[in-house]
Amino acid sequence: MSGIAFTLNGAPVQLQQADPGRTLLEFLRETRGLNGTKEGCNEGDCGACTVLVSDETGHRALNACILLMPQLDGKSLTTIEGLKGPGGQLHPVQSEMIACHGSQCGFCTPGIVMSLATAHLNGDARDDQVLAGNLCRCTGYAPIIRAAEAARKEPPPAWLKPETALICPPISRGEAPAAPGGSAPPLRPSSKAELAEALLAHPQARLVAGATDIGLWVTKQLRDISPAIFLNGVSDMAGIEREGDQIRIGAMVTFEQLRAALRAEHPAFAALLDRFASLQIRNAATIGGNIANGSPIGDSPPALIAMGARLTLRRGAARREIALEAFFLDYGRQDRQPGEFVEFITLPARAPDLRCYKISKRFDQDISALCGCFNLRRAGGRITEARIAFGGMAGTPKRASACEAALSGAEWNEATIRRAMQAIADDYQPLSDMRASAGYRLQVAQNLLLRAFHDLNGDQTIASIREVQA
Amino acid sequence: MSRGQPLPHDSAPLHVTGAARFADDIPLPAGCLHLAFGLSEIACGQIEEMDLSAVHAAPGVVRVITAQDLRARFGAIPDCAPAVPDEPLLSDTGVEYHGRPLFIVVAESHLAARKAARRAKIRYRETKPVLSIDEALEANSRFEQGPVIWARGDAEGAISQAPHQLEGRFEVGGQEHFYLEGQIALALPLEDGMHITASTQHPTEIQHKVAHALHLPMSAVRVETRRMGGGFGGKESQGNWLAVASALAAQITGRACKMRYDRDDDMVITGKRHDLRILYRVGYDDQGRILGLDFTHLMRCGWSQDLSLAVADRAMLHADNCYLLENIRIESHRLKTNTASATAFRGFGGPQGMIGIEQVMDHVAFALGREPLAVRRANFYKDFTDISPGAGRIQTTPYAMEVEDFIGNALVARLEASSAYQARRAAVRAWNASSPFLKRGLALTPVKFGISFTLTWLNQAGALLHLYQDGSLALNHGGTEMGQGLNQKVAQVVAEIFGVQAGEVKITATDTAKVPNTSATAASSGSDLNGAAAREAALTIRQRLAGFMADKHGVAPEAVRFEDGMVRVAGESHPLSRVATWAWQARISLSSTGYYATPKITWDRVQGQGRPFLYFAYGAAVTEVVIDTLTGENRILRADILHDTGSPLNPALDIGQIEGGYVQGAGWLTSEELVWDEKGRLRTHAPSTYKIPACADRPRVFNVALWDAPAREATIGRSKAVGEPPLMLGISAFAALQDAVAEAGGRRIWPALTAPATPEAVLAALTRVQRDV
Repeated sequence: MSGIAFTLNGAPVQLQQADPGRTLLEFLRETRGLNGTKEGCNEGDCGACTVLVSDETGHRALNACILLMPQLDGKSLTTIEGLKGPGGQLHPVQSEMIACHGSQCGFCTPGIVMSLATAHLNGDARDDQVLAGNLCRCTGYAPIIRAAEAARKEPPPAWLKPETALICPPISRGEAPAAPGGSAPPLRPSSKAELAEALLAHPQARLVAGATDIGLWVTKQLRDISPAIFLNGVSDMAGIEREGDQIRIGAMVTFEQLRAALRAEHPAFAALLDRFASLQIRNAATIGGNIANGSPIGDSPPALIAMGARLTLRRGAARREIALEAFFLDYGRQDRQPGEFVEFITLPARAPDLRCYKISKRFDQDISALCGCFNLRRAGGRITEARIAFGGMAGTPKRASACEAALSGAEWNEATIRRAMQAIADDYQPLSDMRASAGYRLQVAQNLLLRAFHDLNGDQTIASIREVQA
Repeated sequence: MSRGQPLPHDSAPLHVTGAARFADDIPLPAGCLHLAFGLSEIACGQIEEMDLSAVHAAPGVVRVITAQDLRARFGAIPDCAPAVPDEPLLSDTGVEYHGRPLFIVVAESHLAARKAARRAKIRYRETKPVLSIDEALEANSRFEQGPVIWARGDAEGAISQAPHQLEGRFEVGGQEHFYLEGQIALALPLEDGMHITASTQHPTEIQHKVAHALHLPMSAVRVETRRMGGGFGGKESQGNWLAVASALAAQITGRACKMRYDRDDDMVITGKRHDLRILYRVGYDDQGRILGLDFTHLMRCGWSQDLSLAVADRAMLHADNCYLLENIRIESHRLKTNTASATAFRGFGGPQGMIGIEQVMDHVAFALGREPLAVRRANFYKDFTDISPGAGRIQTTPYAMEVEDFIGNALVARLEASSAYQARRAAVRAWNASSPFLKRGLALTPVKFGISFTLTWLNQAGALLHLYQDGSLALNHGGTEMGQGLNQKVAQVVAEIFGVQAGEVKITATDTAKVPNTSATAASSGSDLNGAAAREAALTIRQRLAGFMADKHGVAPEAVRFEDGMVRVAGESHPLSRVATWAWQARISLSSTGYYATPKITWDRVQGQGRPFLYFAYGAAVTEVVIDTLTGENRILRADILHDTGSPLNPALDIGQIEGGYVQGAGWLTSEELVWDEKGRLRTHAPSTYKIPACADRPRVFNVALWDAPAREATIGRSKAVGEPPLMLGISAFAALQDAVAEAGGRRIWPALTAPATPEAVLAALTRVQRDV
């Protein structure tokens, strides 16, 4: 099917043809004249285009600039124009933003208001997380935080709640579904089986999950992404299942879902995911997409590899399981056959010795200069198993084999660590780019092993700078 | 009383509901076309062949405009530069930087124009670009004949005779404005001229450049600006290109034309804050008193002159900051490079000059092993309360301006106490002694910032005020609103004069057809100049009303009072609306212009002598940071600020400028790094790679207070300018980071931290100071 239906500020919208390359931001501003949602960067980094998208799984803030129209099917969308009450009453976030002087130039403000209103609705008081994806160049954020705190004293306004009842309106989505073997693939398959069949028939089709990467192909590289298959309807690929000592994560699980779900079992990984892009991006981006796009600087693969995660790929009805690190063949090249897709990832239920460190110029919403993940199992004063993987150090997420060899079986002491730090120089020949120099990357990669050592020993003096209080 | 109230920004209700209309939100005229520039793919060389056939053939393309077209139609290629005309809009010959506009695509949509622009096939003869400061020096590639040198006393002799000497070299990066709203202009062809809507700090300059391009008198071009989504200096001259391109395309096609840059194009094409290298040699005594100082500023100006000479001048003018320097020599090189043309950015060179002397203070303190604040104090100017102004040239800046309003000693003392600076200094030392991997740093740095344009004739402003027969007021002035709340402040000034609420004064778009010959809203001057001009207009109308009512009641005009929305005279009280109606019926003009020119200023920039500023704005900040010595990661923990805005016109808006300015300044010196590659291509051209402070980067403890004492000069309401000065409070964050690095090295080796202090820069400094441990 190529038609979609959603509600926009409470009113049904039905599109017979949803252009896979059209962004929600263009639709709002150019088709609907809803100009409150702003274009700041057109790449999902500034948050000026933030909108509220609701469905049966909850309310999420998303970036309209890289949200492609087919992703909206079945959703309830609220823009800044839809936030006020029926009589024009201001939302508490709006009135507090005025009272606290939270706007100056006002251009980022609608996006900030939408992020805060979404958090307000969800009872989410993690302001730094909520606003990590909303850049403001004027205020220095302090008055915005004051507004967020003040607004929490008020409950979500009654007029916003009924929106959830309007989710998935029973309105027509257009013409009948296209046949799987037809000239174009189905725009939105609704199950893994349907996806598998469609991809076999159209192996050249572009798979679109959260579109947080592919969205930029559209807005920045100006590429035509068709034929595209949108995965947001594949609901049987969006679950997290626990079986014995394994956790199985469907490829369509978003990072925000994952972050919340793994908090107890994988605190180090979940803490890393707190810094994964921004809330808007985590609300869209999927673990399958982060792996399948093969980026050398994706933040989940190093941690997953260090945990010993395994990847299940599916082609038609056939499945194969590989170690995650084996998927990344070379820069830009992954072990994915035509017609094959990433179906799920399997993790150990626990990895108590995992430590993850992300290094970037900015703490929040930045791409790693390097990301080092260390899983160092010990027994009897010796290292029984060392799994170490880095992002940003090579053309792919890559294990530190020489370093692991220097650690495995060795005594757990600083001398061993110092020796193994040297071995990291044999594992990687990092590049210099705008994020960091090769020399910095190598020096820090080595130092992170030392950090992991002290960290695993429970040394309090090596706490993160984020934990230091004024 | 309206003036002085902490009212919200006048547009705040529109901001928070998405109803505030920015240039891109204005409903388009029918048939409006959209523009995009085709950009050069090399930094330096000649164009050998330009094949634009694929551009012409691209879907939605209506027209392609080249340099040749402009020569044929207009006789020349219109220029976009604010000062000397060295920025021809398009080129089909030489290329001066990567991203230089070469041709214009005119298309049916923004996206179609962007797509088509990338289809050009251009063959270049590439030559080696001049990119770095060193390359520019070697090639003697510069603006002006040689360096500008200003001197006072005998710096060389004083340095050599001083008990101690040291020298240093300090690299300071540039800064991208990252206004959230990108550059944009819309041109609507009229029957006899052109109407431009632009996001600009300088409507009159747009008017001037468009008139010149179209060979029209300025009277035939009208420019309107309701608001900008941030400016920060980046919309002082950089918007000329879009306005001129749109106007030309509108003239050629006869249709409305709009141009807005995609963010990446915006960051590649437009200028940024000047980066520079500062060399210093200093002679000082045991107390850290500076006896002689020699600065060299090596500023990278980019491919065109733009505002660079004035920026570099202002860097020299702030090389003293708060310190009396009797023997000083400043040599300023304005280097021409094949990079985007560096331009105005909040502080306009002041931050670059100021951070140089602050680095010297810390270096001297480090060398002496003295507390940096004590060294700073030993060099401060005297507070005005401790001198007799006018009694002689008691204390003057290096450029011979008397410093007669200094409050730095008292202000710093109050901040030192309120921030518990000394106790925290001890606490930081103690904490560091027990923390092997993490180290804290602490610093207090002051600010003295000169207020007025150094180009003296810019220090003027006009306003136009209408009182309608129903008592409503409509205000225009030459200033532009970029978020700073200028319109609200000026409205408060006017409202107070009529005794009404600020909300009664209707704020309208800045419009060159209403107030002509305006200066850029820049140099922090907006409320000083426009507030004073609007006051004149308001007083003129009020005097007419007062005279009219006084005549009616046979009293003196001074006996007529305007308060609480009423006009009170001879025991009677009438609403302003009724008085306006009566005055109108009595055929009294209810409209007036107002005009203001800043008094007292004189400036000879060649000699570097005079009084370029009416007054100084002051402030100081204490910042505490923590660094991770394994990675160089760093974080601001706390900032305490005391800042002088005189008697504020609106204390809430002023605090907003201070908080925002501090974070922006700290961003410049920490995470905001501009990276060019060896080909001269900017690699950090989007927020994915260029990192302005995010929410969590603000100081978790952030105490901001106003000094709150009237300005000594007769400024509007005895207030002081607040736009730029707080940015330089962010220097304290850099100084604190350097302090933390010094702590990590046991204070043996001077860290010589470079700016921005990214994790990599901090780790490099740590590696230096931890040598031989």
